[in-house]
Amino acid sequence: MADILVVAELAEGKVKKATLSAITFAKQCQPALGGGFSVLLIGAGAKAAAAEVAGYGAAQILVCDDASLANYVAEQYAPTVAEAARGFGLVVATATSFGKDLLPRVAARLDAAFAGDCSGVSGASGKLVFKRPMYAGNAFGYATLSTAIQCATARQSEFAPAEPSGGSSPVKELAKVAPGAAASRVEFVSLEQVKSERPELTEAGVVVAGGRALKGRFSEVMEPFAEAFGAALGASRAACDAGYAPGDYQVGQTGKIVAPSLYIAIGISGAIQHVAGMKGSKTIVAINKDAEAPIFQIADYGLVADLFQAVPELTAAVKAHKAAG
Amino acid sequence: MKILVALKRVADPDNANKVKIPASGDKVETAGLEWKLNPFDDYALEAALRLTENGKNPKARVGEVVVVTLGPKECETQLRSALATGADRAIRVEATDEALDGRLVAHALRAIVAEEKPDLVVMGKQAVDGDNNQVGQALAELLDWPMATFAATIEEEAAGSVLVGREVDGGVCTLRLKPPAVITVDLRIVAPASVYSKHTDKAHKYADGVRFAALPAIMAAKKKPLAVKTLAEVTGGATPTASYAKFELPPARKAGIKVKDVAELVQRLATEAKVL
Ligand SMILES: Cc1cc2nc3c(=O)[nH]c(=O)nc-3n(C[C@H](O)[C@H](O)[C@H](O)COP(=O)(O)OP(=O)(O)OC[C@H]3O[C@@H](n4cnc5c(N)ncnc54)[C@H](O)[C@@H]3O)c2cc1C
Ligand SMILES: Nc1ncnc2c1ncn2[C@@H]1O[C@H](COP(=O)(O)O)[C@@H](O)[C@H]1O
Repeated sequence: MADILVVAELAEGKVKKATLSAITFAKQCQPALGGGFSVLLIGAGAKAAAAEVAGYGAAQILVCDDASLANYVAEQYAPTVAEAARGFGLVVATATSFGKDLLPRVAARLDAAFAGDCSGVSGASGKLVFKRPMYAGNAFGYATLSTAIQCATARQSEFAPAEPSGGSSPVKELAKVAPGAAASRVEFVSLEQVKSERPELTEAGVVVAGGRALKGRFSEVMEPFAEAFGAALGASRAACDAGYAPGDYQVGQTGKIVAPSLYIAIGISGAIQHVAGMKGSKTIVAINKDAEAPIFQIADYGLVADLFQAVPELTAAVKAHKAAG
Repeated sequence: MKILVALKRVADPDNANKVKIPASGDKVETAGLEWKLNPFDDYALEAALRLTENGKNPKARVGEVVVVTLGPKECETQLRSALATGADRAIRVEATDEALDGRLVAHALRAIVAEEKPDLVVMGKQAVDGDNNQVGQALAELLDWPMATFAATIEEEAAGSVLVGREVDGGVCTLRLKPPAVITVDLRIVAPASVYSKHTDKAHKYADGVRFAALPAIMAAKKKPLAVKTLAEVTGGATPTASYAKFELPPARKAGIKVKDVAELVQRLATEAKVL
């Protein structure tokens, strides 16, 4: 029997929704491990946030609230997370940029084997098998880890946010563990966030994404389009690199992985690395003027057209359709 | 500044959808795919070169760039090509991919770092075959060094510190690191104004992307030092703790239909896909 520790992610004193995917992941690991799970909240304001995750069936909410943890820096967090992990068999987090940065560092500290960006988990009698997308999602590997304590991150798009199950988990406070030499040589300077009116890419039911073809007219064409669908806005790497869209919009192997019920690719060719980030979407629509564009090989509905004509037309048609109810 | 760059060769990432898995499911077959340098490692090398030069005079290294790979003999092709682009020395640790996992690679790199004593280790944020995204973070922890993952910009400051802009969910996080440190790089690190050594004028703009070796440099690289080590030498005989019981291909998405116009698209989205 082994217990699971879920490392929660905090932003401005609130638990990020991504954490609920890690809880779902933990719950799916539970049957094979036969134990329970606890949630670790670490950061300034963690104590006040504990109530947000108290109703999900955790054995305990561990809280490390310290002013020196106001801004996330791996070197400040890892020693405390690793210390809190003692006695657990598995440490999990969601594979956001926070989880991807922190967990491998914690794993090394614990000399634990690590499975990153898992899209599924199975197993029995104490042994877990982690399903991992590899080769930009072109193969799945089923990984087993042989260390006594193990670490894993979960791909957010593959684990629906956990639903509250009632009750109120007890809260236990932990002291911050003094960090090592590494922490004294890193200084947090700033976090510049791109504020957007649109829903978050990784949480939206509809995502519309634009490619290089949009050029400097990305916002002008895509914003009203996203608005009509109530969609989140995404982009290809080429569109981000060229500065048409913020880097944070990038969908793909190295950007955000999304799996909405509807994904609309506008002027995106469908390179392997882009497809890796969106092929889990339920329905895929592509608009491209090149009938041979690879994106059409995975699109449920393809429209061969000039986007500068088709997108405003579609924007108007969707608005009209919605207005007609 | 002395920089160690970790390089891995991978099966051609632009053709990753051509990987095959035998009926036994015990491996991923990449036969027929060309070996390429992991793109992020290619970017890491470019970043290391920019950090050890005056951008106006890229032929002269200010400091040293040492490249290291863990892999079979054929990986020396990638090492030689890194030497041709500007690296000074190369190290290869004899190993096969099957004998390694991220934890072991990190342990091996730690041993190399102990010997080489670089100011920075610059590497890719992930190898695009395994897509693990683990080694840089693990190495930093083993060394008790600070790290900056997903770097999009690096600026060497006069005082010797480095200012790193990291691409994170929702924006850019900037950290200041005092070397020695580990930096893992993201795609935009090779943009024209992303990396500045303290010798390069801030007004200087690099060409977009990575540099290519000229023919004379390719010839000269054949004479640059390339040392070979055994895996046991750098891992003390440690064995992998992550292994793969089986592999499988993802279910294929069936190609859909082409609609003739916007009206048909809206109609099908509403009645067929029921997403409107
Ligand atoms: C290591 C690595 C990681 C990468 N990671 C990612 C990633 O995470 N995400 C990602 O997206 N990419 C990634 N890429 C880049 C990827 O390989 C492609 O270069 C990129 O996705 C191309 O973007 P694009 O489709 O917008 O541009 P292009 O390939 O240039 O395609 C533009 C498309 O627009 C169409 N078009 C042009 N004009 C019009 C018009 N008027 N109307 C309609 N259609 C038009 C064209 O027919 C074409 O198909 C990565 C690459 C590497 C090497
Ligand atoms: N076999 C290897 N040899 C040298 N460097 C490696 C090797 N495997 C991984 N790396 C380095 O570690 C980075 C992250 O890899 P990974 O954690 O496996 O995704 C890569 O971009 C390389 O810089």
